[in-house]
Amino acid sequence: MQYTSTPYCCQRFLDPDGRLVSQLPAHLKEPAWLLNSYRHMVLIRHFNQRMVDLQRTGFIGTYPSCLGEEAIGTAIGLTLHKDDVFAPYYRDLAAQTLRGVSFKQQMQYWGGDEWGNHFEGTASADLPNCVPIATQVTHAAGIASAFKIRQEKRCALTTCGDGATSRGDFYEAINLAGAWHLPLVVVVNNNHWAISLPRHQQTAAPTLAHKAVAAGIESFQVDGNDIIALYDGIQYAVKKARAGKGATLIEAITYRLADHTTADDASRYRPTEEVNTAWNNEPIKRLRIYLTQQAWWSEQQEQQLIQQVNEKIQDAVNQFKATEAQPVDDLFDYLFADLPLPLAAQKSLARAKYNTQMKGT
Amino acid sequence: MGSQERGSQESLGNENSDISGSSMAPIKAVNLLEAVNLALHRAMESDENVVVLGEDIATNGGVFRATAGLKERFGRRRVMDTPLGETMIAGVAVGMATQQLRPVAEIQFMGFIYSTLEHLISHAARMRNRTRGRLSCPLVIRAPYGGGIHAPEHHSESMEALFAHIPGLRVVIPSSPTRAYGLLLSAIEEPDPVVFLEPKRIYRLSKQNLRDDGLGLPLDTCFTLRQGKDITLISWGAMIHETLKAADVLATQGVRAEVIDVATLAPMDLDTMILSIQKTGHGVVIQEAPRHCGVAAEIAASITERAFGYLRHPIQRVTGFDTPMPYYQHENLYLPSVTDIVDAAKRTLGML
Repeated sequence: MQYTSTPYCCQRFLDPDGRLVSQLPAHLKEPAWLLNSYRHMVLIRHFNQRMVDLQRTGFIGTYPSCLGEEAIGTAIGLTLHKDDVFAPYYRDLAAQTLRGVSFKQQMQYWGGDEWGNHFEGTASADLPNCVPIATQVTHAAGIASAFKIRQEKRCALTTCGDGATSRGDFYEAINLAGAWHLPLVVVVNNNHWAISLPRHQQTAAPTLAHKAVAAGIESFQVDGNDIIALYDGIQYAVKKARAGKGATLIEAITYRLADHTTADDASRYRPTEEVNTAWNNEPIKRLRIYLTQQAWWSEQQEQQLIQQVNEKIQDAVNQFKATEAQPVDDLFDYLFADLPLPLAAQKSLARAKYNTQMKGT
Repeated sequence: MGSQERGSQESLGNENSDISGSSMAPIKAVNLLEAVNLALHRAMESDENVVVLGEDIATNGGVFRATAGLKERFGRRRVMDTPLGETMIAGVAVGMATQQLRPVAEIQFMGFIYSTLEHLISHAARMRNRTRGRLSCPLVIRAPYGGGIHAPEHHSESMEALFAHIPGLRVVIPSSPTRAYGLLLSAIEEPDPVVFLEPKRIYRLSKQNLRDDGLGLPLDTCFTLRQGKDITLISWGAMIHETLKAADVLATQGVRAEVIDVATLAPMDLDTMILSIQKTGHGVVIQEAPRHCGVAAEIAASITERAFGYLRHPIQRVTGFDTPMPYYQHENLYLPSVTDIVDAAKRTLGML
């Protein structure tokens, strides 16, 4: 698809009922990548639900569900090259998993263990989850600057929520991306709710993609529940960045079907009818209808997939539950490259305190 | 353990003493600002991953000229004028540093540094820790700071304590051209983030002979600038000059003051200060910053915890007031004076 810098335009191939509404480009007609995407989204939906369950049963801490937002991360993960760098926000289970971050590590992260950020393989240069809103966007601009300085054909991709587009970091980063012509892709996950603040109270801008106009970078909206539109749009932006043709902002329109986090109760601030309606638009159902209609997917395959997915998740949960708490020394040993003397004394104190606490239990 | 200043005792009289160096690099008489500029040139020369960014730093060479000549020498790709936005400068430096660059970012004045705090606290200072060593953040944020040059509002504060309070962050402050050169080189080579605060009142105060040999000075260590057995005077940055003058005045009254330049405020070399206090039994800590929760308070408390039995008088502080830095008509009232330091020392010694 040809993108323009008209930010009003919202790209969509697959409508909520699984009907094709635009002609598919040849390279997107192949069933393999669609089946791959479908399997991944189902995997993520089940794992995400397991994460919520693990929080409810006390195995992990507060957790932000990505229910209904699985397509965005899936498209990102499928698009990014190994040598690109991903700077996530904190609802990026789907993309991180495709970057090779294991389920066990994601459980460690949300379960209070910094080793969950010690990514390996493809993700080894990726940033960890970013909780302070929008700060990852300036980091991604810095990463893109590093690529440009070294004249590397790589791209930095970052995600943020709709609320993040109100923050200074977001504006300052996209402004720099325009001024410096950076190989940066910003995917705004517009799920319509920044905790309790709805999109229409966040900004008077007609679309979030409009914000890129002032920064002088190309932007467009895509249906964030349509894996095909997402994949096409993100692929366009990533290719463009890697070719040295500058930055792109993509507003992916989706809906947060879950509470903000497990510590939130969205029924306090948004009507149930709105959530029920949004369920009609979710990304997995429409793709399943489409795949089934194409005779690429069957009920039998579905059952088989769910079984595989649950086994994989259970394996990871078992691994996570068998992981011992990290040694107390780790609190100190990674703060600086070399432990400064005053901290060495505190490290001894922490060890002694830990040993005393252990004796008490 | 603290470093002895190379050469003999430092006072205002021997600012021109050479520092020794092994290379045959020429010796030049430079002020603190020129020393910063030399160190930046040297660091960029020896490591292609060092990049410099900030507002007005490339074509203009910085509002104080600290980065003059870098763009001409190393090109626009490595010496970057940024759009105006300190949050972005800090965030971009974090991003660069996670990808093997060594950014040295200038914040034009400390008064504009506050919006970088989020990136320093939440990211730079903990990137290594939160990724358990997978990523690190070898960046330097340089900023001129402190009063005494009759600058406009928001240009004269000493807020070093804000940074010293952040776990994982190094805070380094030079007090002479040779230390500016050596400490900045080490800060840039350091694998972890450093806030490098340059006392602008002494940017052009005096010159020292400096050999541009690329040798760094140790971080995390105090410099004992002057030996004495009666009282320990502890300070950093521009206040070192008043402190050395006070030591001269005290000497005329028979008091031999030891003068310690803390230099790295975090992590702090308390051992050197405590050894000195064990010898002298008396201490005064001098800072330009406001008193409440300042670095002087941390030093006084730590010495009291660890060397109470040696103290013959409570540690005294000489500080700015807990008011905003006044506009420049009254800035000399705000800044600790030589007399303030001499009086505090004499009170401590029971001479007043």
